[in-house]
Amino acid sequence: MSAGATDRLSRLLAMVPYLVGRQGIPIAEAAAEFGITERQLVKDLELLFVCGTPGHMPDDLIEAEWDDGHVYLGNVDPIARPLRLAVDEALALVVGLRALADVPGLHDRDALHRTLAKLETAAGEAATPSAHVAVDVGEPVGPLADVRRALAEGRRLHLTYFVPARDETTERDVDPMRVLMVDGRWYLEGWCRRAEEVRLFRLDRVEALQVLDVPADVPAAAAQRDLREGLFQPSPEDTVVTLELDTAAHWVVDYYPVESVDRMPDGLLLVRLRAADSRWLRTLVLRLGGAARVLDPPELAEDVRRSARDALEAYVRA
Amino acid sequence: MSAQKTERLLNLVIALLSTRQLLSKAQIRAAVPQYAECATDEAFDRMFERDKDELRDMGVPLQTGHHDAWFDDEVGYRVDRAAYALPEVRFEPDELAVLGLASRVWAQASLAAPANRALLKLKADGVEPDGASLVGIEPRVRTSEPAFEPVYSAVRDRRAIRFPYRTPGAGEPVERHLEPWGIVSRHGRWYVVGHDRDRGATRVFRLSRVEGPVTPIGPPGEVSVPDGVDFRAQVSTLVPYRPSSQAVLRARTGAGLALRRRATGSRAGSDGWDDLTVPYGDAEVLAEEVAGFGPDVRVVAPDEVRDAVVRRLEGVLATSAPGGQDRHEAQP
Repeated sequence: MSAGATDRLSRLLAMVPYLVGRQGIPIAEAAAEFGITERQLVKDLELLFVCGTPGHMPDDLIEAEWDDGHVYLGNVDPIARPLRLAVDEALALVVGLRALADVPGLHDRDALHRTLAKLETAAGEAATPSAHVAVDVGEPVGPLADVRRALAEGRRLHLTYFVPARDETTERDVDPMRVLMVDGRWYLEGWCRRAEEVRLFRLDRVEALQVLDVPADVPAAAAQRDLREGLFQPSPEDTVVTLELDTAAHWVVDYYPVESVDRMPDGLLLVRLRAADSRWLRTLVLRLGGAARVLDPPELAEDVRRSARDALEAYVRA
Repeated sequence: MSAQKTERLLNLVIALLSTRQLLSKAQIRAAVPQYAECATDEAFDRMFERDKDELRDMGVPLQTGHHDAWFDDEVGYRVDRAAYALPEVRFEPDELAVLGLASRVWAQASLAAPANRALLKLKADGVEPDGASLVGIEPRVRTSEPAFEPVYSAVRDRRAIRFPYRTPGAGEPVERHLEPWGIVSRHGRWYVVGHDRDRGATRVFRLSRVEGPVTPIGPPGEVSVPDGVDFRAQVSTLVPYRPSSQAVLRARTGAGLALRRRATGSRAGSDGWDDLTVPYGDAEVLAEEVAGFGPDVRVVAPDEVRDAVVRRLEGVLATSAPGGQDRHEAQP
């Protein structure tokens, strides 16, 4: 796999300057920053350790130490500065910044414009193709302005909210934490005083909203969810389900409480996730239209199959 | 295998960065231990040629030239440090926080890894981000369409492409030929805008309707984008947010509440089924939702929604056949 070797080289060339600027950084922290396991980081350090300038005598090699759980690098002069941004790298950040700039009411617009200008200087020509990629964040939905006001003023909200999974409308008070726009849909993340938990609310499902004259009171322990883990959160008593996902269904991994992901040949993903409600999973698999297959439990697989068959029969008869 | 290659490429980069003078191929072979192990000149030549290309693809600015002291046909190589290094632009803590937000726009989409790597390069100076001033409004996109990668690459490299494309309501996918100008995410879906060679006009294609491989049909750099083309405006004109059509659905009494909430009309039937009139903008999006209700909701009209639902359900049936049938046979 040649892409593997150059990807890893790109990572190493970015890693060296980063670590040199942070001598003594804990292994765990460095691994997290690079999105790799600690074991992989150590493998990377072991590789750096045997590379160096021509001659490859001990004095020519990169010095790397990590025995005490902290990383130290030396003798890296030729690659002490990061390689210039590649087109994909510059583009990802420039397009991301422009999407941010389009978000109505983002607070620190000044920082955004300064950042974009500096980034374009740093990227040079690599930033040019970014003109051809755009993320349109779309038109804000109704209550966004009120939600933003509540966020800015630190006030509690009262929501009348539709829950499709239970087919009911609920009333609740929420202390707002942040607003997210995921794939054109706007969400409020906040501390729900009814559930006493951090919850996400889709703004298009908010039927009515009032900004209350009560200060928001988000408990110190309430954590913004790490969206790298997806929008939804698992509960330990949920059933574990195994799905096989085709490329068109890979996004599921980003959006649902995935326990584990294994890459299979042919771009398939083998995914284990927890779900409180098997109806929800049946709905998901039906929506995916063949891009996902239930491997386990067999009852769910059968349920999905039967639903699809019964639904199709209605069309054949018609 | 791969680790050995990474080691070889890293040693090559370091060797080329460490020299002021151009290095001949023989010098390079001696300088990089993994090359010295090559059994024959041919093996080394092949390996070095590939390695050079891969470094260039990564953005390493490899210089070539002729050394005065050599014969004319001998080429020398080096990497200029100034051309290699990221310019020294210092970002303030609040700017790094904004860059962090920008990198997270890609969530786990296909540009997530380059976004993160870029961020780490820019943080190399040792400055840590400070996000205190940011009121969190965070946009995210995903790139779930299989066609994203190849179409994105074609846009980036300005290459013409062909691909099989399904037009709603038109049956089988048809091969299209496109000079892509831009790629746009709108309402969570990706679109490519460009010059359609078959139609001789500007067209917008939705990536989720590309059904099959995307193949380059021209060299990189060939596509020239007309000045002043506003891709986003083109996509938003052609892809309205507002629902523009109506579907008639039959829902079992008590089922499909999410659809009932936005139905503009409903008629209760006596047979345990109600007729709903539901506005929609995109047949595929509505079909996805309807398929999710299984046998509790079905489409009466129009055909584009009905066909899209049937296609999804058939897909589910094909992949969920009992006995762990091989999906490649199930999906032609």
